[in-house]
Amino acid sequence: MGAYMRQLCKGNVAIVKGAILAGCRSYYGYPITPASEIAEAAALYMPQVGGTFLQAESEVAAINMVYGAAGAGARVMTASSGPGLSLMQEGMSYLAGAELPCVIVDIVRGGPGLGNIAPEQSDYFAMVKGGGHGCYRNLVLAPASVQEMADLTVLAFELADKYRNPAVVMADGYIGQMMEPLDLEFREPEIPERPWAVKGTPETRKNLINSIFLEPDALEEHIRKLEAKYIRASQTEVRYETFEADDAEILLVGYGITSRILRSAVEMARREGLKASLLRPITLWPFPTQAIAEAAKKVQKILVVELSNGQMVEDVRLAVNGKVPVEFYGRTGGNVPSVEEIHSQVMQRVLALA
Amino acid sequence: MAAETKPDVKESEILAAGYQVSHSKSPLFYEKYERKGELQGQTHYCPGCGHGVAHKLIAEALADLGLQDKTIFVSPVGCSVFAYYYFDVGNVQVAHGRAPAGATGIKRTHPDKIVISYQGDGDLAAIGTAEIIHAANRGEKITVFFVNNAIYGMTGGQMAPTTLVGQRSTTSPWGRRPSNEGFPLHMAELISGLEAPVYVERVALSDNKNVMKARKAIHRALEIQRDGIGFSFVEILSPCPTIWAKDPVEARKWVAETMIPNFPLNVFKDKKHEPVENAVVPQRPVYEVLEISNAPVGPDAPIQSIPANAHDASDQSINTPAETAKLEDINAASAPRPHVHHFKEFEVKVAGFGGQGVLLLGQLIAEMGMRERLEVSWLPSYGPEMRSGSAHCHVCLSKERIGSPVISHPDVLIALNEISLRKFAAQVAPGGLILYNRDRLPADFPLPQARIVCLPASEIADKLGNTKATNIVMLGALLEETECLLLETADDVLKTKIKKVAMLEVNRKALAAGREFIDNYVRVGAVSQPDGFSY
Ligand code: SF4
Repeated sequence: MGAYMRQLCKGNVAIVKGAILAGCRSYYGYPITPASEIAEAAALYMPQVGGTFLQAESEVAAINMVYGAAGAGARVMTASSGPGLSLMQEGMSYLAGAELPCVIVDIVRGGPGLGNIAPEQSDYFAMVKGGGHGCYRNLVLAPASVQEMADLTVLAFELADKYRNPAVVMADGYIGQMMEPLDLEFREPEIPERPWAVKGTPETRKNLINSIFLEPDALEEHIRKLEAKYIRASQTEVRYETFEADDAEILLVGYGITSRILRSAVEMARREGLKASLLRPITLWPFPTQAIAEAAKKVQKILVVELSNGQMVEDVRLAVNGKVPVEFYGRTGGNVPSVEEIHSQVMQRVLALA
Repeated sequence: MAAETKPDVKESEILAAGYQVSHSKSPLFYEKYERKGELQGQTHYCPGCGHGVAHKLIAEALADLGLQDKTIFVSPVGCSVFAYYYFDVGNVQVAHGRAPAGATGIKRTHPDKIVISYQGDGDLAAIGTAEIIHAANRGEKITVFFVNNAIYGMTGGQMAPTTLVGQRSTTSPWGRRPSNEGFPLHMAELISGLEAPVYVERVALSDNKNVMKARKAIHRALEIQRDGIGFSFVEILSPCPTIWAKDPVEARKWVAETMIPNFPLNVFKDKKHEPVENAVVPQRPVYEVLEISNAPVGPDAPIQSIPANAHDASDQSINTPAETAKLEDINAASAPRPHVHHFKEFEVKVAGFGGQGVLLLGQLIAEMGMRERLEVSWLPSYGPEMRSGSAHCHVCLSKERIGSPVISHPDVLIALNEISLRKFAAQVAPGGLILYNRDRLPADFPLPQARIVCLPASEIADKLGNTKATNIVMLGALLEETECLLLETADDVLKTKIKKVAMLEVNRKALAAGREFIDNYVRVGAVSQPDGFSY
């Protein structure tokens, strides 16, 4: 297919197109900037392909509609941004506890509180470390382009089903609002059988969607079962990308929109003879711990850049385990660093090595 | 209430008071309550609890109507959290107050199944008020059984939204005081005030006669769902002997004598089925909705292919795969040849007032770049910034994968108003270009590091009959001045984006006018002047 066959598409719209391609026909959501285009695109497209779009009365209701639909065996999704995701945390915990597959999109904006609607990456803790109550994990994917908004949404549905767990697509305001070429290839979605779902049929009459385990031993057993699943996922589902990985003195680590600025900064540094490289986690959970530990062996310093006050940096430090210094540079409030800004950060830190 | 002591009650007395101490079990209940873990022969409800009776009535109705295999029962949080121990139907347990939302997701997934939301007063009338009101208001075709016992049972006797004025609870130890806690919520009345609900009734488990009425109401509510008519709601006033600290007989008496006067029994609504008019949503194949260019193949897969650049073929009707393949060939052959772009990366910033087509101009440039097989990105300013009246966007055109889509130093700034010029001129890369939408620069404007071309694009567009074409005049000027992209591509893109013929004509003229302006004025060897036309 020629490049000209591609369509110019907004990141938020690409999410919905990816979802439809993945066979999702159920969307329940509530509008919030900068994620509203996802609801708008779902409202436009879903009913045209025989699907359901419903604007709920709140994010709380939306996530529980997702819970109901997932329990009934639908491939289902919702999307929101920071404040909405905070409201959804209860439902996300229930979804994980009841082992229901679904996709939840977080187009991260500035926080805490009402914050602002500009891009941030400050929901890392909330999405990657849980955020709701109890011992559970979300599978978290971090797209960095419009194409990946669609591709990783498809993957999110597949992983959600594979692990019977909520999967989160976590992008930021910029990737949501951006337009880039999008290449979609038609394929029949692979939707696995869901024999556990409650479908109102004689075969599924015995099924129960539930997250209560009153007996301590029963709950512990359930949590161990979830944990075994999470260990399996962390062994097989790690995804990341590297750039100029050989012969670097300093390794930059960033995800999403930040990774693109870092990529430009690495190019700029290389042009000036500075040996910089990039590692970009694509799955934030499971985190590319191993890959970062390996990369740390080859460099003298690691610089983590985030649109936050430093959240993922904790996971990088855990992965590196003190082998090399892990430094941090972050911008918040919707400020996105320029390539030059990152370049000067890299310069300073490389010079400090000598 | 707390001071009252429990007299010893014999089963015969309970029966005499009309109590349902029935040892026959509905076939809809599990034979043994295995999910319960222990004491699998009996429920976990307290003796004399209304839940047992309500369960029985629902089970009997489902059995009568033959709905067992079609039913999905949603258990709430509260004393009935374990309803799934008993009902031998599909079961889903949901978070506190969210049963109507969960039920909505289930019913929308399986519209032909019977979905029951069973909720207590804390669940439905306090934490879940929004969910029940909106499910009712949407007319979800579900049935809600609302068990109102004026108290929180499971958590041990706290005040409920339906607790009566003066009624004591652990969190209203002096009795409910309207000045502090407001008045009891009348949910059946509230729900029946909405347009969509079809059937709303309040019943009471106070005596045999009322239990019989409750049985009928439950039956009717489920029938309504079976027939796909709409939202049905039955509020059931129900005894909670344990928390009320009464024996079962007294508890039922309390329902009759104290609750019913406060919560009158009534059929609040029993509407006939009236079909509502809905707008029809056209059904289209997935690949068409998604604008996917490679259509599915299959022996009899009639497909409709719309390659992104086949604007003149977009009216085509259904094609066979072979026809589509041919069409793709034709498109490939007639596709614009890749332009030998004179840059590795070319960055444009467009800025102006909202409504000047700022974002659209950026999108058109990006679309053109994409069609010329470049990597492109378009990043808008969004949100309140737009609402304040100004807008800008960044467009990157590149031969390689684009790193940061955020431009610090654009090669070209298209400034559609003075504010944008002043705000962004200094960002333009040295040797870059500024296209300014005026016939001259502001008098006090400092000489920038970039070339400035002043062209009165709005005036030109005005003369063409549509100020809205200002951005297209600028596009013409950009193409002529920088040759960053092909004119043919611009024409192609306009043809796909603008459906109205008259509108397309204006825009084509605007494009030409922008080019001519540059041709006629710039290319005569004039030097750029900061204080006037830059020819
Ligand atoms: S506390 Fe009240 S509502 Fe709960 S089971 Fe006991 S009697 Fe029934």
